[in-house]
Amino acid sequence: MQTPAPVDYARATSVDHALQLLDQHGEDARVIAGGHSLIPMMRLRIASPTTLIDLNDLDELKGIRVEGNEIVIGAMARHAEVLDSPILAEHYPVFREAEKLIADPVVRNRGTVGGSMCQADPSEDLSAVGSALRGTVVIRSKSGSRTVPIREFHFGPYMTQVADGEILTEVRFPIRPGAGSAYEKVERRVGDWPVASAGVFVVVKDGVVSDCGIGLTAVGAEHFSAPEAEEFLIGKAPTEDNLAEAAKIAADSCNPISDQRGPADYKKHLAQELTLRALRRASAASQGA
Amino acid sequence: MEVTVNVNGTDYTRDVEPRMLLVHFIREELGMRGTHWGCDTSNCGTCVVWVDEEPVKSCTMLAVMADGHRVKTVEGLEGPDGLDPIQQGFIECHGLQCGFCTPGMMMTGRWLVDKNPDISDEEIREGISGQICRCTGYKNIVEAIRWAAEHPKGSEVNA
Amino acid sequence: MTAVEEAPVSAAGNPIGFGSMKRKEDQRFVRGQGNYVDDVNLPGMLHGAILRSPHAHAKILSIDTSRAEAHPGVVAVITGKILEGIPRPELLGDNFAWMPTLSYDTQAVLATDKVRFQGQEVAFVIATDRYTAKDALELIDVDYEPLPAVMDAKKAMDSGAPVIRDDKGQTDNSITDVMGNKFWESGNAIGTQEAIEKAKADPNCVVVTQDIMYPRVHPAPMETCGSVAYLDPVSGQLTLWTTSQAPHAHRTVYAMVAGLPEHKIRIISPDVGGGFGNKVGVYPGYVLSVVGSIVTGKPVKWMEDRSENLMSTSFARDYHMAGTIAATKDGQILAVDVDVLADHGAFNGVAQPTKFPAGFFHIFTGSYDYPHAHCKVTPVYTNKAPGGVAYACSFRITEAAYFIERLVDCLAAELGMDPAELRLKNLIKPEQFPYETPTGWVYDSGQYEKTMRLAMEMVGYDELRKEQAEKRARGEYMGIGISFFTEGVGAGPRKDMDILGLGMADGIELRVHPTGKAQLRLSVQTQGQGHETTYAQIVAHELGIPPEDIEVIHGDTDNTPFGLGTYGSRSTPVSGAAAAVVSRKVRDKARLIAAAALECSPDDLEWSLGKWSVKGDPDRAKTIQEIALLSHGSLELPEGVEGHLDATAVYNPPNLTYPYGCYICVVDVDPGTGQVKIRRFVAVDDCGTRINPMIVEGQVHGGLADGVGMALMELIAFDEDGNCLGGSFMDYLLPTAMECPDWELGETVTPSPHHPIGAKGVGESATVGSPAAVVNAVIDAISPFGVRHADMPLTPANVWRAIQGNPVRVDMAVE
Repeated sequence: MQTPAPVDYARATSVDHALQLLDQHGEDARVIAGGHSLIPMMRLRIASPTTLIDLNDLDELKGIRVEGNEIVIGAMARHAEVLDSPILAEHYPVFREAEKLIADPVVRNRGTVGGSMCQADPSEDLSAVGSALRGTVVIRSKSGSRTVPIREFHFGPYMTQVADGEILTEVRFPIRPGAGSAYEKVERRVGDWPVASAGVFVVVKDGVVSDCGIGLTAVGAEHFSAPEAEEFLIGKAPTEDNLAEAAKIAADSCNPISDQRGPADYKKHLAQELTLRALRRASAASQGA
Repeated sequence: MEVTVNVNGTDYTRDVEPRMLLVHFIREELGMRGTHWGCDTSNCGTCVVWVDEEPVKSCTMLAVMADGHRVKTVEGLEGPDGLDPIQQGFIECHGLQCGFCTPGMMMTGRWLVDKNPDISDEEIREGISGQICRCTGYKNIVEAIRWAAEHPKGSEVNA
Repeated sequence: MTAVEEAPVSAAGNPIGFGSMKRKEDQRFVRGQGNYVDDVNLPGMLHGAILRSPHAHAKILSIDTSRAEAHPGVVAVITGKILEGIPRPELLGDNFAWMPTLSYDTQAVLATDKVRFQGQEVAFVIATDRYTAKDALELIDVDYEPLPAVMDAKKAMDSGAPVIRDDKGQTDNSITDVMGNKFWESGNAIGTQEAIEKAKADPNCVVVTQDIMYPRVHPAPMETCGSVAYLDPVSGQLTLWTTSQAPHAHRTVYAMVAGLPEHKIRIISPDVGGGFGNKVGVYPGYVLSVVGSIVTGKPVKWMEDRSENLMSTSFARDYHMAGTIAATKDGQILAVDVDVLADHGAFNGVAQPTKFPAGFFHIFTGSYDYPHAHCKVTPVYTNKAPGGVAYACSFRITEAAYFIERLVDCLAAELGMDPAELRLKNLIKPEQFPYETPTGWVYDSGQYEKTMRLAMEMVGYDELRKEQAEKRARGEYMGIGISFFTEGVGAGPRKDMDILGLGMADGIELRVHPTGKAQLRLSVQTQGQGHETTYAQIVAHELGIPPEDIEVIHGDTDNTPFGLGTYGSRSTPVSGAAAAVVSRKVRDKARLIAAAALECSPDDLEWSLGKWSVKGDPDRAKTIQEIALLSHGSLELPEGVEGHLDATAVYNPPNLTYPYGCYICVVDVDPGTGQVKIRRFVAVDDCGTRINPMIVEGQVHGGLADGVGMALMELIAFDEDGNCLGGSFMDYLLPTAMECPDWELGETVTPSPHHPIGAKGVGESATVGSPAAVVNAVIDAISPFGVRHADMPLTPANVWRAIQGNPVRVDMAVE
């Protein structure tokens, strides 16, 4: 069985304490949340942090709540909590649909929203959802908090705006009354990373799409998003032709790579097919179907 | 570093390296070898134990992270009145063959039934979908977990 | 056909004989009290870890272990150079750095000159704990000179291809077996070719050709391979706890490999967390744990991690099969020819009987009656891990069954004929048994049509075809796939079958204690098959001793008689027969003792379950328990009858047994994504007499899941640089409960005429039979797109590409 390299460990008692520990232990210290990305990487010795700063006791980072017209998901909210959240189910079923397909129930008991976002795997499902919903993340450092749009959060695969000495604390999403949302994913097997996924929301008002968001993962979409497709669709009727054209524009903006999950042409096709399927369901939901 | 973990109702204090995985703490430090390991990537689920009230993969948690927490392993299933219904169910329904995945399957199965006594077969299948069995083709594991749901007090059959 | 009588029930509620019975072994497993190799901890035990090659093919220029040796907690670092310095007996020549494979080839224990596959063993660290051993691996400096690698078997024999086995003085990548052959043929080449040519020229006939690949897969038992070795420096006794499906065969191999006297070797194969063929071979890691104990004088444990398991231990399949089938236009099969390119990896390590270097592949003629068949199998070396028989395959019968069942469906498509109808038309008829196939097998018994009709009835075949037509009209794609397979298991007759010269007969020992309780000592070993229960039932059936009174002992060479182990579905056909035979020996002896006690002639006695009684005077009787006590007591025994009631036997099967079955799979395919959902799976097996139907069904369930895995997701592919693309459970996907449907099982019972209790073995039937059913169903679903074949695994990508008419080559990296 593969085992991690030696590491130090400190358990944070508050976010401020965690920030202080990060400062104290230097740039090779890493915070650990659920550990379901980091510990396997440590075991495979792809990651060798010098110190782990454990955030699991930080109640202030847990929970899912509504604040004004935003939904706030604490960075330490577990995937299982997101899956079961009545708040998210009410406003954005896309979360439930995506979470049901993330890893497996036992992993979801441990894995966290913040951990997944910060791991920034190019196939991460929640990144697509977050990007579709045009959410923001809150990042704290000793000098204070800053808010970053999710569409600016990722620099590239496994790279985010969270700098040394910083911790992601929250993810926030605007509530959009009347929005329908949906998630479509193809995976080789239950629990696998997606071959491709599309998450969308659509608000249909007076017979036209007044707002929409399209998020894509695993298909080389910049910032997990498809802004040209959104632009195309906004202001148009949610007809099959318009949805299909939007899906095509979304797929055209993707640049997937071939790997064992599938060849690039297939992934590009899926980007289109899954975007279309998600748009159909989301726009139907928005129209009360 | 020193950690104290309550395993199956007893506090155990050990001095361990921070990098020690919880599964090794349970197996090597405490000598409870019913919890197994089968992969390096959190995919197989043979290492599932409960931490506090929920099943987790003990290969993907450090022992130090369990400091101050409660852990329940397969060795903690049997009570003074005999086998837990989940254990009985696996015997009744031929839910195991080589026995290697069985402890993890039973720990998750027990949790699923506790959460939802009216659990459907489909929900059971989804519930164990992060755990691999190479022997049974799952049908009898599903039936074993359902047996436990349908026999909350177990039965005398294997007492 | 004989129906199995319902067995009487014992005081503990168990059948005294055949019937479903809860497993005895479950009591420890559900309590977490199984005892697997990694559960074995000895005082002073050290831990080993293996440094493995990152390259598929590279020269080793130097290995510097000094930093690792200096690491605190490291006891020793062993390299191939050190092993070269350890002499081995002349019998094997060479040195300790190389060991014989099960196919008379050589395999490096630790690489000295070159590495020949990614993951090959290069150095062995022994340390005080497993974390330290892993740490030290990072401190070994190996200087490699990478060489071009042979990753595509089809290019292995190209002129100018890099030569892998230059250690043997080879100039190409061909494999020569111990008989001197470079390829393996069976059947009638000329007759088959003539029949195919004649059919081509005949307007009333068709000839269909199809390339069919069975890609490289891995058995991946949940417990990886490992061992704990202790060579007592004083007594010279080696005790090896190891994950072995064949402890006795392993003992002999270690005697040969290590030059240790065989009477000083004890192999203990405790509880084994699944085998599926993965634990038949002797791996360098096992040998290194032995070497480690010799070097350190302490017990040494080595447990491989999952990547090591997937990347270095026995793979399965990797057969490129080019098939040709000729038939009349009304569907009478005339001839089948197949040309196979077999990828054996870097060392020829297949575990096959010596006379059957391609295993039993030439059973590819299947369950059909036709006169002409021929196969040619050409093995080649590639820069991949060695192995080649594992994964519940009955010696390459999985490849054979998949091949013929896929080819028959291709023929049905060509003919425009229902694949069920085509099969029914060609199945061997009951009155033709024993049936000799064109490649020389003699099938023992079968009622093929009955079995197939039952499967069709269970699944509702005609209604499904109607539903399919309606759905197709609506643009929905469902598929129905049939597989009818025949296996030859229970290897085997010792005149024909051996592994490394060890004949495949099984010993057994039955001891009936004075109180009538018994111990049965088996040579075979269980990895979950339930031997502790099933074998007790066989003895119960023969002697009337309740199964709870019979302890089955296995997996320890010091405490069991010699035999070849559990693989190829051979336990029930061979050792199961041995159990019946040894019980009958005891019964025969009991008769003599009963006659002495009852003061009558043995001829006056008749047997009814559990007792001998005087014919016509049933009250004058002695139970087997009473006879057991008498045999140990002071009763004057007849001349020539020794005391006690023990017996031994060695069973040499007169023929293989031939279980068979018909599987029907129903799938729904989403052509927009290529996703396949298995809706239903009906499996009707005929494995002869069922000793414990509950266990039989469990065996079938597991094999069906294997088949789903191989058909839809399992794969070890490589890129051109030699990187293994299936080296973890993130990449080597195994089916979960979500991909497996609720299996629907049926049975027919056609006992084997030559097996003492008519049982045929069932451990691998479902793994053999199910892949073709799944693949045939998927291809049937997407046949409206013009698809006649696509290779496994049928991942969403591969299905979608097949629909686009641009299928993926599955065994190489996706481009």
